[in-house]
Amino acid sequence: MAQSSIRRIDVHFGDRVFQLVLRLGSVLVLLLIGGIVLQLVQLALPTIKQFGLGFLVSSDWDPVNDQYGALPFIYGTLVSSAVALVLACPVAVGAALFLNEVATSRVAKPIAFLIEMLAAIPSVVYGLWGIFVLAPWLRVHLQPWLGEKLGFLPLFQGPPFGVGMLCAGVVLAIMIIPTIAAISREVFRAVPQAHREAALGLGATRWETIWLAVFRTSLPGVIGAVILGLGRALGETMAVTMVIGNRPEVSASLFAPAQTMASVIANEYPEASGELHIAALASVGLALFLVSVVINGLARWIVWRMARNQGGAR
Amino acid sequence: MSDSLSVLLSKRDGRRKIVNQLLLGALFLAALSAVAPLVNIFIFVIRKGAPALTWEFLTSLPQPVGEAGGGMGNAILGTIILVSLASAIGVPLGVAAGVYMAEYSYSKLSRWLRFGVDLLTSVPSIIVGLFAYAMVVLPMKRFSAHAGGFALAVIMIPTVARTTEELLKLVPTHLREAGLALGIPRWKVTLQVTLRTAWGGIMTGIMLALARAAGETAPLLITALNNKFWPKSLDQPISSVPVQIYTYAISPFEEWHQQAWAGAFLLVALVFALNLTTRLLMSRTPVSKD
Repeated sequence: MAQSSIRRIDVHFGDRVFQLVLRLGSVLVLLLIGGIVLQLVQLALPTIKQFGLGFLVSSDWDPVNDQYGALPFIYGTLVSSAVALVLACPVAVGAALFLNEVATSRVAKPIAFLIEMLAAIPSVVYGLWGIFVLAPWLRVHLQPWLGEKLGFLPLFQGPPFGVGMLCAGVVLAIMIIPTIAAISREVFRAVPQAHREAALGLGATRWETIWLAVFRTSLPGVIGAVILGLGRALGETMAVTMVIGNRPEVSASLFAPAQTMASVIANEYPEASGELHIAALASVGLALFLVSVVINGLARWIVWRMARNQGGAR
Repeated sequence: MSDSLSVLLSKRDGRRKIVNQLLLGALFLAALSAVAPLVNIFIFVIRKGAPALTWEFLTSLPQPVGEAGGGMGNAILGTIILVSLASAIGVPLGVAAGVYMAEYSYSKLSRWLRFGVDLLTSVPSIIVGLFAYAMVVLPMKRFSAHAGGFALAVIMIPTVARTTEELLKLVPTHLREAGLALGIPRWKVTLQVTLRTAWGGIMTGIMLALARAAGETAPLLITALNNKFWPKSLDQPISSVPVQIYTYAISPFEEWHQQAWAGAFLLVALVFALNLTTRLLMSRTPVSKD
């Protein structure tokens, strides 16, 4: 009798300890987020005090004279990500449609695996490839051609360097294709089979079925996928640092070297010594952190809402 | 009248057929151009990296500019040390969080945790580097392997947690219920029934997270820095394969470029082999099928 009551207490004791350990781990993980925000703010404090919000709109970045403004990097991040989206969206969404709606699973499986592999390749390898393969090709072939045919646009003016905004945009596009394609596939998969059959039954061609029954109805989800890709492009560091040319300037031409919020940190932080310089880089980091979190949150919310609605309709 | 209508209709249908063919072809082209960069990267990494991948490359220290030979031995060892450090912190925490999210999924903490893990996934790796810099480098007043390992751990945690949660959720509820009905305490059911059933999948998830961490460069650049010599102590700067690739790639020397390609070959081979084995294993284990 006494023994059995001891054993019962033991049982609950074990459960309590187990749950406590798990809770401890979970709280630690949650604390990481708080820690990141706190530490970033603390690192960035000197710049916030000295420049305030003007830091975000000033384009003066001069470590020698301790003048700091983040505009060139915000511009660089926005433009390189925009180039990446323009190039990646049609390819990624088209590939997702092909894999889900056209290809048989014997064809789709290996292609899907290869596209997923794009996401697994380390970004420093993209950077290496960008420097020695893509940039020379852009300099010798694509940029002179673009300059000749479309040189009337300010986007394609100036001498072709190879490295620069365009090169960064192309590398980023390749890197975000797997993200956009994977999420798009999930969204397309949520379209009920009956919708496709209904379209085909009404005499639609395969393309019309894909366009009307699959793509159009899941457009919000595809937009979510694209925004997730954008989130990845904004924060990408190494590959961009290696191919963008690293010059804090705002230039209309995509051929010109530039710099992004992430790349300036990777490029200058290891050698930054002045307190204000470090703080300025950390402020850029803080801004990048906030933007990434908001963009990713938005995308997840869209995809989640989409999946819920589709689930209800099924 | 009906004649002209049918002509009109057949004309329209002809156009629809052509549009159909063209656009299906365009979708195929899109898939092809998504794969093309990968193929191109593979070709160059193999062509330029494989010849430079010698025994000397794997085992010796880097040589100064102008002297032939040398390798990434210290960087390879450094990466192994950094990834081990990272998994010592990251795996237990990630698995704990994942188990909590799956087994106590309706608690308030679980909901917060899911939100937190999502947030953590979206933090760019360079920001994690800044965090590790503030947490470890500043107090210790020096760049170190500790700081690098810490940064990689933070990067691993959300992936490990998510994989653990998802795989545990695939374990049928009746297994848990059977265990509980036998009077086994909940913690034992979780550890010896649920976790054990899903363990194979969780391990592969962890291996993939490790491979990803091994290829991270940006956070190491501002935490572990680099080192020309063999790692001696964990509170010193330490070299790693990705940082070494970066350093060599932006240098102006031909021999160093070759070393960078060989390093890239090493990383890509590691990632590709791991992904392929995972894929093959996953297609066989019944647990991973949903």
